Amino acid sequence: MITAVTMPKWGLTMTEGKVVQWLKSPGASFAPGEELLEIETSKITNVMEADAAGTLTRIVAPEGSTLPIGALLAVIAPPDTPPAEVDAFVAQFVVAEPQAVAADDAAPLVPREVQAADLTLRCLEMGSGDAVPVLLLHGFGADLNSWMFNQPALCEGRRTLALELPGHGLSSKDVGAGDVAGFTDAIEAALAALAVDRLHVVGHSMGGALAISLAARRPDAVATLSLLAPAGLGPEINGTFIDAFVRASRRKEAADALQSLVHDPSLISRAMVEELLRYKRLDGVAQALQTVARAWFPQGRQTVDLVAALRAVAVPVQVIWGRDDRIIPVAHADIVADSEQVHVLDDVGHLPHMEKAGEVNRLIRAFIS
Amino acid sequence: MPVKTIRQALQEALIHEMRRDPRVVVIGEDVSGGAGTEGGRDAAGGVLGVTKGLIKEFGENRVIDTPITESAIMGAAAGAAVTGLRPVAELMFSDFLGVCFDQIFNQAAKFRYMFGGKARTPLVIRTMVGAGRSAAAQHSQSPYHIFTSVPGLKVVVPSNAYDAKGLLIQAIRDDDPVVFCEHKLMYDLRAEVPDEAYTIPFGEANVVRDGDDVTVVALARMVHYTMEAAEKLAAEGIECEVIDPRTTSPLDEDTILESVERTGRLVVVDEATPRCSMATDIAALVADKGFAALKAPVKRVTAPHTPVPFAPSLEKLYIPDPERIAAAVREVRGYAR
Repeated sequence: MITAVTMPKWGLTMTEGKVVQWLKSPGASFAPGEELLEIETSKITNVMEADAAGTLTRIVAPEGSTLPIGALLAVIAPPDTPPAEVDAFVAQFVVAEPQAVAADDAAPLVPREVQAADLTLRCLEMGSGDAVPVLLLHGFGADLNSWMFNQPALCEGRRTLALELPGHGLSSKDVGAGDVAGFTDAIEAALAALAVDRLHVVGHSMGGALAISLAARRPDAVATLSLLAPAGLGPEINGTFIDAFVRASRRKEAADALQSLVHDPSLISRAMVEELLRYKRLDGVAQALQTVARAWFPQGRQTVDLVAALRAVAVPVQVIWGRDDRIIPVAHADIVADSEQVHVLDDVGHLPHMEKAGEVNRLIRAFIS
Repeated sequence: MPVKTIRQALQEALIHEMRRDPRVVVIGEDVSGGAGTEGGRDAAGGVLGVTKGLIKEFGENRVIDTPITESAIMGAAAGAAVTGLRPVAELMFSDFLGVCFDQIFNQAAKFRYMFGGKARTPLVIRTMVGAGRSAAAQHSQSPYHIFTSVPGLKVVVPSNAYDAKGLLIQAIRDDDPVVFCEHKLMYDLRAEVPDEAYTIPFGEANVVRDGDDVTVVALARMVHYTMEAAEKLAAEGIECEVIDPRTTSPLDEDTILESVERTGRLVVVDEATPRCSMATDIAALVADKGFAALKAPVKRVTAPHTPVPFAPSLEKLYIPDPERIAAAVREVRGYAR
């Protein structure tokens, strides 16, 4: 069978992408998960990986070309496919491509608003099916776009719910005391509104701590925990980063803060910095972040301690951490007893789900299936 | 994210701040929009359409129609500001600043300094700038450089709806007099604008486009013409870094200088006349503080040193356009000693 490699849609705002570099040559065969090409969006550059094994028969989109989402990038076909058949596939695809994009436009992915007690929280839902749904909980100062590379990869056969926490993104800015209990209340209320009674929970950083807290409170509802560089497993945290992140109101300050999150600072584009500033400029955000930072990380130490809670939960736990995490030390992963479920990724900082999206997606998929 | 025009963005900013702070009042000619007409008050939403709906929600004590006398509007607003209100005064055409310049230049701008720092003057002057409507020499000027030259005034020149809302809210919350310049051809320009209130700090330029070959600094409508030129130039292999200062006072010198340090080349695009202008000011800044980085002379693309012509054909030649901007960029890119 001949199949197409098409321009992916990463995140809500992506309309086109640029082919930076092909990492496989025509004729090369590859296994699932092998890196095919690098794609640059206005926000971030990411590597696109193969879904299945195959042979890269023909590259259609040359390096440097900018194409809309859904556009044909390359053709994958069995090695003995006559060139004329590939030609026909390419010709046919070009004709079909605008309709495919139009169909996507007909049902755009828009976050819904979920009423959680007196808070309005945004939630992006993707996928459908009978498998246990996945709940995605972002970190401090982030939003549901954190999961732009992961949610599409996790939603086959199941619902995935990227919830935007109070004080974050475009959710209500009232964080109350900003503590673990308050956030967990909000998540529970949102889950009730979403009518989900059992889920796999994936949490990053502060969202990882909240995942543990949710599992401790609702052992009936949580099937598994995937914790990415979670907070709450030790007192150490980069207090300088927290202060700088909370304070940043100018482009340079915001860029410096974001760069310390990742192993490769060139990942942080001007568009990412602008997006953070646009969030931080909203009325109420500065106060919300200060309140949360004081509740969780006063004086450069973590006061939230979920080590006992994590040891007590009965559900399977997976931990993924970047070896070069400069925000929360990777040593905190030692707390997890089952070392087979601890994955430390090289050349990754505090954002494994963005820096090595493909690998993280594979680890999570294997763990929850 | 909802898409809104600059007009809607400005109106939202006024409504947010009037709801938040009862000291915020709007004052100007026909700001209630329609008093004395058949439709009555609010029929028109003000001559610019920005103040629509305000009289209904906030009443005539906070939305104040004045006689046609700019000196009275600015005098009343400056006095109200220094005694505790936060007026947003409308100077319909910035060309009329001549009749009220004492109130702005020698009163409002000086209060804080003359009263030993004890007085605050939280005054916003909203005013229209720009040519392109064939409105002739007395209604088409862009004199933001005149305001910029006055210590004690802050000057905002927004280029899009997102910036317009955040900068106007910042202006209203600022404790110093701010002149807020709205380009008369840009009110219907659309962009994504959050429903919530937000502020953009003054003195922080927006880098609209990244590029390594030539730095182009542009204001207001010229930002859009520059982006048009930059797209064309990119096809020729020339990458422009486009900087929109957003505020001319304070001016974000660092962003301009850091960019020129990288590109070594500068073009400044300004719809105003060239003598003692923002184009001249920014060119001088780079000549003074960034000379060592320059690989080519600085080019200014501006209107000529003449009044704005009425004849549409002449007015078209008067305003810098994407072709002239592109030509200037090519010239500095191709410069060889």
